[in-house]
Amino acid sequence: MPQATDEAAPGGAGPAVAGPGQGGGAHASPPAPAAARRSRWRGPRARARLVELGFLVPAVVYMLLFFGYPVVQNLLMGFQEYTTRTFITGEAPWVGLDNYRAVVSSAVFPQAVLNTVLFTVGSIAGQFVLGLAIAVFLRRRFPLNGVLRSLLLLPWLIPLIAASAVWRWILDQDNGVLNQVLGALGVSGSPGWLTSTSLALLAVIAVNVWIGIPFNTTILYGGLQSIPEELYEAGALDGATRWRAFRHITWPLLRPVVTVVLVLGVVYTLKVLDVILGLTQGGPANSTQTLATQSYNLSFQQFDFGQGAAVGNLLIVVSLVFAVVYLRANRRAVDE
Amino acid sequence: MSLSAAVPVPDATPAPPSGARARRRPRRGWGSTVAGVVVLGFLLFPLYWMVNVSLQSAGSAVGTAWFPLEPSLQGYATAFAQQRDNLVTSLVVSLGSVVVSLAVAAPAAYALAQFRIRGAGVVLFGILISQMVPGIIVANALYSAYNDLGLLNSVVGLVVANASAGIPFAILVMRAFMQGLEPSLVEAAKVDGAGPVRAFVSVVLPVSRNALITAGLFTFLFAWGDFLFALTLTTTPEVRPVTLGLYQYIGTYVSDWSTVMATAVMASLPAVVLLLVAQRYVAAGVTGGAVK
Repeated sequence: MPQATDEAAPGGAGPAVAGPGQGGGAHASPPAPAAARRSRWRGPRARARLVELGFLVPAVVYMLLFFGYPVVQNLLMGFQEYTTRTFITGEAPWVGLDNYRAVVSSAVFPQAVLNTVLFTVGSIAGQFVLGLAIAVFLRRRFPLNGVLRSLLLLPWLIPLIAASAVWRWILDQDNGVLNQVLGALGVSGSPGWLTSTSLALLAVIAVNVWIGIPFNTTILYGGLQSIPEELYEAGALDGATRWRAFRHITWPLLRPVVTVVLVLGVVYTLKVLDVILGLTQGGPANSTQTLATQSYNLSFQQFDFGQGAAVGNLLIVVSLVFAVVYLRANRRAVDE
Repeated sequence: MSLSAAVPVPDATPAPPSGARARRRPRRGWGSTVAGVVVLGFLLFPLYWMVNVSLQSAGSAVGTAWFPLEPSLQGYATAFAQQRDNLVTSLVVSLGSVVVSLAVAAPAAYALAQFRIRGAGVVLFGILISQMVPGIIVANALYSAYNDLGLLNSVVGLVVANASAGIPFAILVMRAFMQGLEPSLVEAAKVDGAGPVRAFVSVVLPVSRNALITAGLFTFLFAWGDFLFALTLTTTPEVRPVTLGLYQYIGTYVSDWSTVMATAVMASLPAVVLLLVAQRYVAAGVTGGAVK
């Protein structure tokens, strides 16, 4: 490599774990002796290094502006009375933990937490089990396999709001095709999938499972393909076929990929907003309200950005816990 | 935004050792194909229904027929008349954010792949962590910042906000590709007197064409499908992407589903076209940087 390398480079590959909370982008050197520092920034070599840094700087600045700044700003807003008045007067008085107290003690909060858990667990379980089943099926070699695999991606590539729109109509109580079919099959009573407080969450989870299947299938399929065929041949000699082969060969070897898919699934499901807003807008009677939609409601419906930020921050804490799990799993996968 | 899900996975899913494996796997017959088509039929039914309803005549809202036996383009005519400006806005915003994303991400991907820069690991870590930040957090903070900067209800505002969703993904995909570039390639250009910037523009970018296309396609789809930024960073009808137009249809009582579904079909077209025209790039993007 032609670049100046008088210092140990921290290997470009793999996420180097730094302290928590570092939004990224710090390329400050540790304190070096003055002489060394001077020579580092002078001469043609140093200039080359500056040019190299220049390649990276725009991206770092961008990430800091659009991810670092919002996180910090939300942290602050959580402690402020930040409402429409703030936009007029420019004043956002500090209120300590008032926002957190208000959102946690609100009537919606326990339900939003429970819904978030149910929505996340239900979505992940459904997406993963069905995604894995389809991935295992697609491992068979049969005509048109490749075509089917790419068509499978469609539900995932179209805008979420377009998917939500069609599901709204499919699940419609009076004229939806689902109730049409159920009626023809003899199920009476036309359930109000999106209008009944006891069914809406289930319906929203089902739609989110549908959206998540392509992602789960694709990643798990990739993981399955990397398991050497020889293992199955050797296993077959020992009598391990079908379920036993899956149990003793596929599953253990797929574990790292499974961990990644599940943790990513959790992180992405926690922040789902489009699907719920498109289908139910959190209703009826908050029965599909989650922390994400609640944060949106507080900020952009009630214009209480302080409370919206407080809920958002609680959401981020949950996400970060999973992020740590994910990074550890990812590192293990890299090490192996 | 969940599209970026594919991002950090590649480390865990090495590219399949295709050659040797493909030969050994027993070939199954058309029976499996039939089973596969049935499963896919179930999964794609909602998309069929979208097209079906969009082609029904507007009056038949009650009990939609199973097939558009007497197709009517009335829904499309109404949808196009009402959403034309929004479609144009979506297109401009998406193309803009592709340009911004690639311009910012390509040099960074190259730097992370080929230079030995202190803190490169921290940058990568930041990219991974950024994927955990809920969109509503970003929107919450951007709203007040945009309000101060006068960027609400502006195409520029939406372009730079949407690019933020594309940049991390684009960096990871392009970096994975550029790690495979021969350093001798750039060396040769340098011998010919090209500086690092010239070498990047005239050597690295052309050979990385495929990675650029993949990153560009997905950045386009992210921005085109964006709903959250459209919802929170616009307040007037002047600058309104089609996703928000669709949301406004379904936010109230809908009497004319064929128009709504025609809009949904038009909003879904780019994904379909890209999947048909650029299938191999899409496949490369879904497995993220697995193209190591």
